[in-house]
Amino acid sequence: MEILVCVKRVPAPGSRINVTQDGLAVDTSNLGFTTSPHEECAVEEAVRIVEEHGGSVTVLTLGSALSEEQLRYAASVGANKFVLVETDGEHDSDAQQTAEAIRETVISLEASHGIFDLILFGNESADSSGYQVGIRVAVSLDRPMVNGIKNIDVGDTQITAHREVDNGYEVYSLKAPAVFGIKEGINLPRYPTMKGRLASKKAEISTISASASVASQQRVRLHRPEEETVETTILGNDATAAVKIADLLEELDLL
Amino acid sequence: MSEFPNKARCVVIGAGIVGNCLVGHLSDMGWDDIVLLDKGPLPNPGGSTGHASNFIFPCDHSKEIVDLTLDSQRQYEAMGLQNTCGGIEVARSEERMEEFKRRMTSAACWGIPSRLLSPAEVKELVPFISEDVILGGFYTPSVSAVDSLETGTQMRKKAQEAGNLQVFANTEVLDIDTVPGLNKPKVAGVVTDKGRIACETVVVACGVWSPRIAEMAGATIPLTPAVHQMADVGPFDVLVETNEELAYPIVRDMDTFCYERQTAGSMEVGSYAHRPILHRVDEIPSNDEAALSPTEMPFTADDFDQQMEEAIELMEFLGDGEIKYAINGLLSLTPDANPVLGPTVEVENFWSAAAVWVKEGPGVGRLVAEWMTHGYPHLTDPHGADIARFYPQERNVHHIEARSAEHFNKTYGIVHPREQWASRRDITVGPVKSRTDALGAFYFEAGGWERPHWYETNQDLIAKYGIKDREHEWDRRWWSPISDAEHLHMRDNVGIVDLSAFQIFEVSGPGALAYIDHMVVNNCDVKVGGSIYTPVLNPSGGFRSDLTILRLALDRFRIITGAFDGGRDEYWFRHNLPGNETVQFENRTNAMCTLGVWGPKAASVLSSITESSLEQQDFSYGSYQSVLLGGVPTEMFRVSYVGDAGFEIYTGMQHGAALWDAIVEAGESFELRPVGAAVYGTSGRLEKGYRLMGAELENEYNPVEAGLARTKIKAADFIGKAAYVEAREEAPCARLCVLSVSDLTCEAGYERYPMGSGNEPILSLSGERIVDTKGRVSRVTTAGSAPSLDKFLILAYLPIEFCDVGTELKVLYQNEAYPVTVEASGSNLALFDTEGARMKA
Repeated sequence: MEILVCVKRVPAPGSRINVTQDGLAVDTSNLGFTTSPHEECAVEEAVRIVEEHGGSVTVLTLGSALSEEQLRYAASVGANKFVLVETDGEHDSDAQQTAEAIRETVISLEASHGIFDLILFGNESADSSGYQVGIRVAVSLDRPMVNGIKNIDVGDTQITAHREVDNGYEVYSLKAPAVFGIKEGINLPRYPTMKGRLASKKAEISTISASASVASQQRVRLHRPEEETVETTILGNDATAAVKIADLLEELDLL
Repeated sequence: MSEFPNKARCVVIGAGIVGNCLVGHLSDMGWDDIVLLDKGPLPNPGGSTGHASNFIFPCDHSKEIVDLTLDSQRQYEAMGLQNTCGGIEVARSEERMEEFKRRMTSAACWGIPSRLLSPAEVKELVPFISEDVILGGFYTPSVSAVDSLETGTQMRKKAQEAGNLQVFANTEVLDIDTVPGLNKPKVAGVVTDKGRIACETVVVACGVWSPRIAEMAGATIPLTPAVHQMADVGPFDVLVETNEELAYPIVRDMDTFCYERQTAGSMEVGSYAHRPILHRVDEIPSNDEAALSPTEMPFTADDFDQQMEEAIELMEFLGDGEIKYAINGLLSLTPDANPVLGPTVEVENFWSAAAVWVKEGPGVGRLVAEWMTHGYPHLTDPHGADIARFYPQERNVHHIEARSAEHFNKTYGIVHPREQWASRRDITVGPVKSRTDALGAFYFEAGGWERPHWYETNQDLIAKYGIKDREHEWDRRWWSPISDAEHLHMRDNVGIVDLSAFQIFEVSGPGALAYIDHMVVNNCDVKVGGSIYTPVLNPSGGFRSDLTILRLALDRFRIITGAFDGGRDEYWFRHNLPGNETVQFENRTNAMCTLGVWGPKAASVLSSITESSLEQQDFSYGSYQSVLLGGVPTEMFRVSYVGDAGFEIYTGMQHGAALWDAIVEAGESFELRPVGAAVYGTSGRLEKGYRLMGAELENEYNPVEAGLARTKIKAADFIGKAAYVEAREEAPCARLCVLSVSDLTCEAGYERYPMGSGNEPILSLSGERIVDTKGRVSRVTTAGSAPSLDKFLILAYLPIEFCDVGTELKVLYQNEAYPVTVEASGSNLALFDTEGARMKA
C-alpha cells in the first residue's frame, strides 16, 4: 500500500483563543503547534495499514518552513517519506489554493513514485474547519472520496471504509486509488518514542515551492464571539450533597 | 462559600506549596483573619507547584537550604505525604567523583546518611542502569518524593478549620494599594476582580508571577520565569510490574544535568542541560489561554534531543518509551539561585515568599511565618535568602536575566565555593578601578562591587617569601599564592587596600543617639570622634549584623558595614527608624570611597603627605579625625581588621583616585604594595581571630558564644536586649574557637586546604560529628592560611567541653579527615600579635 497523508500545522490553543491586533490571525505568541487531530489519526491509520500490509507512508504538508515540525512528528510515529510544499508563510492559503497545490504535487510525485493507493486527509482542519481540501483534491484527480471515515479495512481487491452516521455506519467499498477524510476516533494515535523522535531528526524532507496562485478568498477579519459564561453551583462538599443530587436528577427527569 | 471580605489582617497571594504552607503555619502561630487568594482553580491553580517533579534530595552544600529542606521533609512525613524511595546521583566524570567527596562532606556535616557506590552497587539498586557509562554514585537513602498539592490542601484546610483563614480561588489580583509612610509606603489593601480587601499585611507567594504583583505595590521581587524541560516517557514493563509509584531510587545523572524519576509505569526525564529559556511575566498565558496550565508551556523538542540521547545512554529501555507528556515547565530563577524571602525593602508590611522549590516549600512556609510573627525566623538564619540582600542594581531585569542565564546550567553543576560570576561585571566600580586595573588586579565581586582580590604585579613576592603553590586544582581554583605573599609584605612593610565596596550609612538628627543605641548592643554615647564596634541583634538575641559606628557629631553617626551585608543592614536600620522626623537616614555608599593603609610603615607613608600628627598620643586607636592627606580632604579612622597599624581613610568618591595616587606616590620609598581582599578578609583577619558576618556571626549564635560580649550591659534598651541578658546569665553551651590544622597531608600524599565554605564538619577523634546541646553542629566557618604563623587556621564553634586549648579533633574536607588542635577560644582569638601591640604602634 502506498499511502499519502496530507496534514496541516495548526496552533494548540487553550480554551480562550486570542486574535492578533489587526484581527487577521490567531495570536500564537504563547502557543505550541500541532497537527490537526483528525490528521494525526490519519497518519496513525496509514502507519498501521503499512505495518500490516507493507508499503510506505508519505506525509505532505503545505505551509511555511516551520511546518517541518509536523512532518518530523509524523516521522517520529512511523511515517516514511516527507514532502513540504513551502509557502511564504505570510498568508494562509485558501481551500482552493491548497487543493490546487496538493493536486500539482500529487501528480508530480506519482509521476516518479507511482500512484498512491490511498490519499488520506483529516475530516476538517482544526483551525479553519473548511471541510473542502480533501474533496477538491479528489475531484480534481477524478478519484472517489468519502469523508467522516472511522474505520478502514484493506482487502485484496477492495478497500472497505466506515462512515459514522446517526445510529450506525455507512459502509463503502472502493477500489484504489481512493481518497478518505479521516475522523478522530478511528484509532488512538501513538505517541512518539524517544528513539522515534531522535530518528525523526534525520528524516529527509523534500521541499517543493508552492505555485504562486492568487487566492479567490480573502480573510477580512477574525472575530472572537462573546464568551458564554457558565454558572456553576456547588451542591455541597459532603454527604448532604447526595440528596441535592438526587433532587436534581429527578428534576431533569433522569431518575 | 463565604462572602468576599472587605478587610483582613493578612492577605497571602498564591496558593502553591509556599502560600498554602505559610497560611497553615501562620494559623498555628496564632494569626487569624487571613485571606488566601489565587487567580487559578484549586487544588492546582496552575503555578509551578502543579507540574513539579516533587522529589527531594536533601543534601546541599548550603546550611540554610539544608535546614529548610530537612524541615520540609519532616513536615511532609508528618502529614503522611512523603514516599522515601532513596536517590542516587551518578557520575560520568572524575571531576564529578571529586564533587561526590564534597557531597559526602556536606552529608556528614548535616547528619544525612549517605554513601558512595561503585557502578556495580548502583546497578544493584537500579538494575536497568547502564553501569558502563558511570564511574560511581552518591547514594542518599532519605531521598523522597512528596505530594505537594495534597500537602498544600491539608495546610490550607487546617487553617480554615481553625477559623483563621478564608480561601478564594479564581480571584485575580488587579492592584495593591499603599499609603504614604514616613520612610516608605505601607501596604493598605488588595484590589481583586471580586472586590477590595483592606489589610495590614500582604505576602506575595506567587512564584513566577511574583514580580508582577510586587510591581503593583511599587516593590521588586527579583526573579525571572525560566523553563525546565521534562518529559514523561513510558510505559515500561520493568516499572509497571513493580506496581508501585516509586520502586526504584530516583537517579540524577549529574554530568548531563538530567534526572530520571519513576512515576508508576513511566519514567519522568527532566533536564537542566538545555539552553537557558527565560520568559517575561507578561508572556505567561492566563489559565484560559494555556493549552495545559499557564506554567506548562509548549515543549520545544529541539532543546531536549541531546538530553534524550544521554538518557538512553544511561537507561537504554527509555528509547522505546512513548513521550506521552512533555512540557517547558516554568520555575523561578533569581540572580543568585537562592529564594527571595522576607519583607520587601520598598514597601512596609509587603512580604515576599518566592523562588522556592517544592523541596523547601513547607520549611519556607514555617520560616516566613516565624519571621512575620517574631521579627526574625528561628528555623534557620535566612541571610542568603533574604530579599533585602539585593542592591538596586541587582533588581532590574537585565541583571536578573543575565545571572539566571548564567547559573541555570549550574543547577546540577559543580560550583566552586569561591566561584565568580562571568556576566554583569564592571557594573559597580570604585574610583580607583583604573589604578587597580593597571596593577593587574584580579577582581572578586563583593556585593556587586569589583574588589581586587590579589594583584598580579605582586608575583615577584611569591619567590621572595617562598610561598608554595597548591597541589590540587580544586584548592588552587579562584586562589593565588600571591595573596599570602601580599600578606607577608604588608606585615613587613605596608599595603594599600581598595575598600570602595564598604557600605556607609549616616544617621542624624536630635533622635540619632537614642535611635542608634536602640539598634545595637554596645553603648553609642561615646565622645565625638570616637567609634563603636558592635553586634546588631535580632529580637531573639542572635546576630543580625556586626558593624562599626563613628560618632561624627553629637547628633550624627556613620555606620560602616560590609559589602555583603549592606542591603540587609539598610533594610533593618530603615525599618526601625522612629515614626517621627527626629532621625534622618542616608545611604552614602555611592558618595564615599574608602582606602585602607596598614603595616608597620603605614604611619610613615601617611605622615609624609600630611601636616597633621598621626602619632598615637594625638590620634588614638579607635578614633577618627579629619585630615588633609596629599591635598585631599579625608576622614581617617585608626582601626585594623588585619592586625597591623594603619587607617581606614574615607574621602568623597570624586577624590578617590587622587587620594590613591597620593598615597601610592608617597609609598614608593616605603615599599608600599597594593594588597587584595584575600588578605583583608581572610588571612589578616584569621590571624587576629576576627569574626565575619554570615560566617561566624549568624542568628543561631549570640555574642556570648561568639566571644563578643562586653563586660557591661548598657542601660539603654536595644533590640535583642532581653535575650542578650539571658544569654550572659547562662553558661554558654558552645564557644567560637580558632583551630590549626596540624597536618594538611591527604591520603594521596600532598597537602589539601579546607575552604571554610560552611559545610566542613569538625569531628571527634573517633570521627563523629559534634553537635552542641542546642543541636548546632560544629563546622568550619572560615578557613585560610596564616602566613605570619606558618599555620593553616580554621574558625568553628565547639561545645564547651572541646574548647580547651590543645584539644585535638579532626576536620572533614573532601571526605578525608585532618587533625586539628584548638588554639584559642573566648573573646581574644588572636594568634598573631595576641595583645594587639602592633595595631597600636
